[in-house]
Amino acid sequence: MGNSLKRNRVLVWRETRAAYLFLLPALIFFLGFVIVPMFLCLFYSFFNYTMNDFSFVGLQNYVEMFGDPIFQKALVNTVIIVVVAVPTVTVFSLWVASAIYKMNAFSRAFYRCVFYLPVVTGTVAVSVVWKWMFNKYTGLFNYVLNGIGVIDEQINWLGDERTALACIILILFTTSIGQPIVLYVAALGNVDTTLVEASEVDGATKLQTFWKIKWPSIMPTTLYILIITTINSFQCYALIQLLTSGGPNHATDTIMYYIYYQAFKLNRYGYGNAMGIFLAVVIAIFSLIQFKVTNNGKND
Amino acid sequence: MKAKRKSGYDILVIVVMIILAILMIFPLYWIITGSFKDAAAINAAVPEWFPKNPILENYSRLFEKPALRWLVNTVFMAVMSMALTCITAAMAGYALAKKRFIGQALMFSLFVCAMALPKQVVLIPLLKEMSFLGLHDTLWAVILPTVGWPFGVFLMKQFAEGIPGEMLEAARIDGAGEIKTFTTIVMPMIKPGIGALAIFTFISTWNDYFLQLIMLNASEVLTISLGIAKLQAEMATDYGLIMAGAAVAAVPIVTVFLLFQKYFTQGITLGAVKG
Repeated sequence: MGNSLKRNRVLVWRETRAAYLFLLPALIFFLGFVIVPMFLCLFYSFFNYTMNDFSFVGLQNYVEMFGDPIFQKALVNTVIIVVVAVPTVTVFSLWVASAIYKMNAFSRAFYRCVFYLPVVTGTVAVSVVWKWMFNKYTGLFNYVLNGIGVIDEQINWLGDERTALACIILILFTTSIGQPIVLYVAALGNVDTTLVEASEVDGATKLQTFWKIKWPSIMPTTLYILIITTINSFQCYALIQLLTSGGPNHATDTIMYYIYYQAFKLNRYGYGNAMGIFLAVVIAIFSLIQFKVTNNGKND
Repeated sequence: MKAKRKSGYDILVIVVMIILAILMIFPLYWIITGSFKDAAAINAAVPEWFPKNPILENYSRLFEKPALRWLVNTVFMAVMSMALTCITAAMAGYALAKKRFIGQALMFSLFVCAMALPKQVVLIPLLKEMSFLGLHDTLWAVILPTVGWPFGVFLMKQFAEGIPGEMLEAARIDGAGEIKTFTTIVMPMIKPGIGALAIFTFISTWNDYFLQLIMLNASEVLTISLGIAKLQAEMATDYGLIMAGAAVAAVPIVTVFLLFQKYFTQGITLGAVKG
């Protein structure tokens, strides 16, 4: 007995040592370049950290943040982006996926690629085209809308406070739907077809079949899509940096853009980090809420 | 059985899908055709849908800039990120899926929770860290954080779950060591997973403009994305040149995507299955 226990313990230790040796390379990169910076981010947020100063200021950065009118404006813009983009991306990609998952393998692959194209093309390349499309004088939007008589003026889409944020959301939308569509196509393909057929035989309408059979089984996918889309929308930065630089008059400032404006234009690293921590906490709370809400829905 | 018949709704779906497909393809189409247009055609008030007098001058002007250097840098960065991610993630994913060890649950939840972190938030301290390590303004400042991102570990764990325990047991009985078991049994079994991760990492590194923007400033380490953004900032009106740059950035990566899209799709689908 004692002997076999001892041998067992030796085996566990050998297995543990082997496991950590396999984990080691990944752990080095993960701890070094994800976890350590995360803690540094929190640490720096309590300091007045600039080019020539590094002094502990406690919660001063956080206090300043909530009183900063540009931060408030950026927060409102970020929330607008999330509130508009997340539901539309999710609903729209579910609709597209429902339309293509029953097609033959070739069309399915074709549409999956097509909707992924704006993501693969790359933000910088895509934004070059959008910049032209929104151009006041030579852009496609004004040309088409004037042509069909919707508007009779040349609108400076990205330069007008009323339209700039909507333009950013539109581009964000086209570059965000690729992954959800792929995920939904896979999830809908995995729905138990016998259940669907049975409910159709029983005379259920398409809508009933969808809500009672398909919706519950694609719930985990929906949750995942909600979370990744929320994270991405909260972090909207590249489009703004490339297209509007936060303007006009801060109409397209987002928290992410403002963080990097403070950190790299004004060299206020501590202040930037405080806003970063705030953003991380908000994202965590949103993810948690979505997790709770969607899980409750599933248990009904 | 009811005869299949297209309802009004079905036709509406088809029409909408075709319009959407055109909208999705349009940016790429416009980049490629635009790169062959002269200034007059590009700035025409009435859009020229197809270049009437195609020219190559935009490309020759682009490669007078160090565009070739940008391309080489981008390829190096994407290939190194891809190789290192695949190796480290395959090893870690195998350990998490198939080994029973002390601290396993903790390790796994650490990797999973970190995936919910907004990774762009940590770029300020990351930049400080890179300066400290003397890696700021080198391509490694982009490669190392990319390899550290836990998505790959998670994905490889999903694939490694499928390896039958008996095969590993049999190898052990045959006297194969840990490394031999990994290279001869595990690696061949998770090959499709490695393919998916490789293509996913290659594409996302190629396009990760934000990380490149923060980490790379010096002209000799610019990537193609940074190069075009620079052209766009410095010569905003030279659309032909910018379109040629955008084409050089987009066409290779889109080609890679189309060639391997099956693996790519598999990768993001499996990565989403909750573990």
